Amino acid sequence: MGGWAIAVHGGAGVDPNLPVERQEAAKQLLTRCLNIGISALRSSLPAIDVVELVVRELEADPFFNSGRGSALTTKGTVEMEASIMDGPGRRCGAVSGVTTVKSPVSLARLVMEKSPHSYLAFSGAEEFARQQGVETVDNDYFITEDNVGMLKLAKEANTILFDYRIPTHGLDTCSAAVDSPLVMNGLPISVYAPETVGCTVVDGKGRCAAATSTGGLMNKMTGRIGDSPLIGAGTYACELCGVSCTGEGEAIIRGTLAREVAAVMEYKGFGLQQAVDYVVKERLDQGKAGLIAVSRDGEVAFGYNCVGMFRGCATEDGFMEVGIWE
Amino acid sequence: MGWAIALHGGAGDIPLNLPPERREPREAALRHCLDIGVRELENYPHFNAGKGSVLTSDGTVEMEACIMDGRTKKCGAVSGLTTVVNAISLARLVMEKTPHIYLAFDGAEAFAREQGVETTDKSHFVTSENIERLKQAKEANRVQIDYTQPIPKEPTKETTVADGDSQIGTVGCVAVDNQGNLATATSTGGLVNKMVGRIGDTPIIGAGTYANSLCAVSATGRGESIMRATVARDVAALMEYKGFSLEEAAAYVVGECAPKGTAGLVAVSAKGEVTMQFNTTGMFRACATEDGYSEIAIWPSV
Repeated sequence: MGGWAIAVHGGAGVDPNLPVERQEAAKQLLTRCLNIGISALRSSLPAIDVVELVVRELEADPFFNSGRGSALTTKGTVEMEASIMDGPGRRCGAVSGVTTVKSPVSLARLVMEKSPHSYLAFSGAEEFARQQGVETVDNDYFITEDNVGMLKLAKEANTILFDYRIPTHGLDTCSAAVDSPLVMNGLPISVYAPETVGCTVVDGKGRCAAATSTGGLMNKMTGRIGDSPLIGAGTYACELCGVSCTGEGEAIIRGTLAREVAAVMEYKGFGLQQAVDYVVKERLDQGKAGLIAVSRDGEVAFGYNCVGMFRGCATEDGFMEVGIWE
Repeated sequence: MGWAIALHGGAGDIPLNLPPERREPREAALRHCLDIGVRELENYPHFNAGKGSVLTSDGTVEMEACIMDGRTKKCGAVSGLTTVVNAISLARLVMEKTPHIYLAFDGAEAFAREQGVETTDKSHFVTSENIERLKQAKEANRVQIDYTQPIPKEPTKETTVADGDSQIGTVGCVAVDNQGNLATATSTGGLVNKMVGRIGDTPIIGAGTYANSLCAVSATGRGESIMRATVARDVAALMEYKGFSLEEAAAYVVGECAPKGTAGLVAVSAKGEVTMQFNTTGMFRACATEDGYSEIAIWPSV
């Protein structure tokens, strides 16, 4: 048994031209969240509580695309989704289409604990939130000025180019992407909002947990569900490990990415890092994504196949790292 | 190698004394649908999908469905549909006509209208039998998943009520053509007296539905258990990572991964094999292969 370990992420696929002060702000936020997790682990909180606590903090901060600061739908509204899973017993909860709940991850936890179901969505999820008396706010609370501007750029990019996918050769016609030929989720990376936050934890007793929360895709259709709330896709935890993914949702869903890390450990006997590397290489096809993972032995690992991932990790023996690039 | 097809109409605690008038129409429907697939099953009120979908606690119908093509791994899913006649066909349109995989509730309904698919009044899906089921479930004050028989009202039969949970009615179809192309589709109305907004395993890729180049799987049963056991993907994962045969992989998942009494599945492999397994009392199921084999059954075959 290797003690506790924690990993957090704030999305994969980062604009290489992201201003340095934004990079620093991201690192500071990740460090703050890691420290919250670390002190919770030192106080012997169970893994499931720690992942919820850390993701709540990320949701409350407008920097990343979850909770406050969520990406906007094509109608300019926010529709958030989240999921949480506890390794022991593989209990899980998920929500989609949440519009007023301040902390979607905590609502997902309540679905797990207080409902007969595992997954509630849209008006039913909102109704459940009111029944449970969780904190709700006006939808405007989640909308930031930055994201209103991003939505405008995303709409411009989409009206110039066919469908939602932007062929790389067409980028010179798109003012939003002149500086960067990189595309994430069909959007020029400078427009694409850093995706999804997540946290994976193994506590001192070897219990793993994972949680993921997101506003989804900038300019998404209303009603669109991505990988984050889907158990086995964006989030998964079992006795062996805890995993949270981020990136192009559709590729993650097709690859059942989070479960896959656990599956190759379980069925092929891979170690954690080996499993993460295998999954990133073999299960994503053309898709761009990243993931963080912890094992019950107190290991921590991450992997991605795109430009940069906001992430941080720490282990009980004093190791701590926060980074964006290779 | 040849084509093969398998269907299910739900797994659960199907009473061995299920009256013929409840059994025979389902068998006839399965027989008929062996020819045409899930879309037809959705139109039979005997199963819990499309017309005949069970009701939420508000007395409404919220349908969900999922489809996946094994060769390309393209997939589409929908949840929270209230007026679309064939949920499975809308899932296919999500796969083919949107940049997304999964649309739900109002957004999915709006997309249906945009695509001009057949819609109908919400009442089309509500059968009087399901109104009665909901009433009984509410009286019993629980999420009722027994779909085959009305709950006995006599309180003396309390234990049968408690054990009588069967998740009957989700429909699914898996097929492999004689080029070895695989596909799967699953469609459901969910659980009787489910909370409004509840999503089950059916529309979730890897849980209720999964296909790749090795096999195609459609699962049915207690959604919450199937979701956490990623039942459909795990059949494929065991073949891929442990070299299990289709039969072995399905047996392992039904025997070891999903708790007893919670799951059933139908699956076909690229080689044209077919398997139908469950850890519940029974599963409405049917299959046929190119070499002329066919089977229609409910309880374990001896």
